[in-house]
Amino acid sequence: MTSHDTTASPATSAPVPRPSSSDALLSVRELAVHFPTSDGVVKAVDGLSFDVHRGKTLGIVGESGSGKSVSSAAILGLHNPARTRISGEIYLNGVDLLTLSSEQMRKRRGREVAMIFQDPLSAMHPYYTVGNQIIEAYRVHNDVSKKAARERAIEMLDRVGIPQPDRRIDDYPHQFSGGMRQRAMIAMGLINDPSMLIADEPTTALDVTVQAQILDLLQDLQREFNSAVIIITHDLGVVAEMADDVLVMYAGRAVEYGPCKEILTHPEMPYTWGLLSSVPDVKGDTSARLVPIPGNPPSLLNPPPGCTFHPRCVHKDKVPGDLCWTVEPRLEPGQRGPGHTKRCHLTNPDDIYATEVLPEVAPGLVEES
Amino acid sequence: MFAYIVRRVVSGIILIIVMSLVTFLLFFASPIDPARFACGKNCSPALQEQTRKALGYDDPVFVQWGDFLKGVVQGRDYPSDPALRKTAPATIAHCPAPCLGYSKLSNDTVLNLVKNAFPVSLSLAIVAFIIWISGGIAFGVIAALKKGTIIDRGIVGISLVFFAFPTFFVGLFLYQFIAIQWQIVPIPNYVSIADGGFFTWLVGLLLPGLTLALFYMAGYVRMTRAFVLESMGEDYLRTANAKGLAPRKVLVKHSMRAALTPLVTMAGLDLASLVGGAIITETVFNYNGLGKLAVTAARNLDLPLTVGIVLLLATFVIMANIIVDVLYAFIDPRVRVG
Ligand SMILES: Nc1ncnc2c1ncn2[C@@H]1O[C@H](COP(=O)(O)OP(=O)(O)OP(=O)(O)O)[C@@H](O)[C@H]1O
Ligand SMILES: [Mg+2]
Repeated sequence: MTSHDTTASPATSAPVPRPSSSDALLSVRELAVHFPTSDGVVKAVDGLSFDVHRGKTLGIVGESGSGKSVSSAAILGLHNPARTRISGEIYLNGVDLLTLSSEQMRKRRGREVAMIFQDPLSAMHPYYTVGNQIIEAYRVHNDVSKKAARERAIEMLDRVGIPQPDRRIDDYPHQFSGGMRQRAMIAMGLINDPSMLIADEPTTALDVTVQAQILDLLQDLQREFNSAVIIITHDLGVVAEMADDVLVMYAGRAVEYGPCKEILTHPEMPYTWGLLSSVPDVKGDTSARLVPIPGNPPSLLNPPPGCTFHPRCVHKDKVPGDLCWTVEPRLEPGQRGPGHTKRCHLTNPDDIYATEVLPEVAPGLVEES
Repeated sequence: MFAYIVRRVVSGIILIIVMSLVTFLLFFASPIDPARFACGKNCSPALQEQTRKALGYDDPVFVQWGDFLKGVVQGRDYPSDPALRKTAPATIAHCPAPCLGYSKLSNDTVLNLVKNAFPVSLSLAIVAFIIWISGGIAFGVIAALKKGTIIDRGIVGISLVFFAFPTFFVGLFLYQFIAIQWQIVPIPNYVSIADGGFFTWLVGLLLPGLTLALFYMAGYVRMTRAFVLESMGEDYLRTANAKGLAPRKVLVKHSMRAALTPLVTMAGLDLASLVGGAIITETVFNYNGLGKLAVTAARNLDLPLTVGIVLLLATFVIMANIIVDVLYAFIDPRVRVG
């Protein structure tokens, strides 16, 4: 295992708690992404481990700045090596991506692992047609003629539901609607049939009706291509609909990880409780109170000692002594068996959740899934 | 697109006409008596009065302006006197259309004077433009790629030095050392392509071209660097990288393409103002271009010539604006409207 920085906490050097299944398509182990800056080292991601299987979807949730995008950029090898320190292991199809040369990694980018970004308008080059950009994505990895690539691009545009794809392929991104742009981005991401697709907040920039269509499309395509998907989102509704597993991130760490249903019905970490309580009632019941998590995410330059969440945690006095202030909890199985891990000192989270938190949570989130 | 161009050209012409009126108002509102200077040093009051009448300076400004515009279209005679034409045609100076005025001091039409000087300034501008654009973009991209390193700081620092140094200093320096002391190139001298062929023309323009280019290049290095760096932070560049494109392709096709748009705008306008003459460089190297002509005209208080040159420069800039706007529509598809 890779050596860590001097600040390595007990939790980050602990063995991976979740039974590591060797058949996972993507296995991330103890991933740390640090940015040395003039103010100090920004520890954007630390001790992050998870698995994604073929045909399955992992939802990653967490507040802004919790390191979701930084982690996915690390999987694609998009960080500038001169300004980033990355350690840990990222196995994709059995190969540790972090040991590859930049050229070897480049050959995998877009072919084995592809990414869809949040804002499709800014993620496409304004000066090239949609078709040009999709064809380019195909021809990087396939030695085919322009004509063959164009046919393939039209086929993909058709598959993602662009009407008259043979004509719209020559449009510029600004001539597409937001939903169509995101469809085109999906076509671009999937044109090389990657085994792993990372969607970083794919629907945040879209309006609600279009959001649902894009999510449906992603689900359909995942079934068709049998690819593994990571979907990054702020929206627990999206997680409930799409994800098989959920990873909750806080301040660059995983704080809760397990099967989606399990996490949404029996969350054991106060931060997850906070996220669930801040979801507005999907059924439009305005009497349900919206409880945002009080306080702000911690500084990644100087994370607080002990549990990184303790300054904002309202349940820390239920833990004996000053454990929350001094010892960082490990990501360990809680009361509900080995498949569900959490990073928290509370010993009876299920009772606290049922009596104190559940009444605040808007109904309807879990029944949907 | 075609309708757009026509619209722009028409509004450009209107703008030039307005410019000409403003110029007239400005120059003829000045306390200088144009007739006195046109008439020369030893000029009796009677002769002065005659000159004033011959050149039309006794008319109100608006009439003069109208005569000027008419002259551009039809040509005109100085003095415009049909009776005199019959009796003494030799005393009449004819200025054929498009007449931009008549310089009594040089005894020639403004158009002829400009026609001689223009190729010099144009040649100088073209040679300088090629040097500064290629150098500016190349060094700017290198600086952006090596951002924060000693190479980056070196390039930015040196370009700042050339930007800060006065052109006449750089020009004299190059002249003195490269041409005279080390004799790397012959003494700079303008020879038209028709007279000496392309190579002689080019060699004659190298030093003044370089002098001008060094000044402009400094700005273009910094602009290119800034635009390339800016595009590197864009989301679409991350997309290009996420596709697995080779770094060089990402740079050239995605990053530099985005940086090109603002550069074209600046370059077009800079080139246009340079075509109108580079006063200092032309003076240092003693090239008879528009810049030197303008200085001479101003020094001799040769008002018709000054007015003609000012209007010509304004026309260049307006034309360049139109060309740049049309080019922009080709470069940026988002601007491309019906
Ligand atoms: N190149 C960098 N240098 C320094 N800090 C960085 C760099 N890139 C990201 N960070 C920091 O890392 C942290 C995590 O960023 P990240 O983009 O992963 O957040 P996120 O979870 O995706 O948030 P959001 O939901 O807003 O997208 C942020 O605090 C960010 O400021
Ligand atoms: Mg993000």
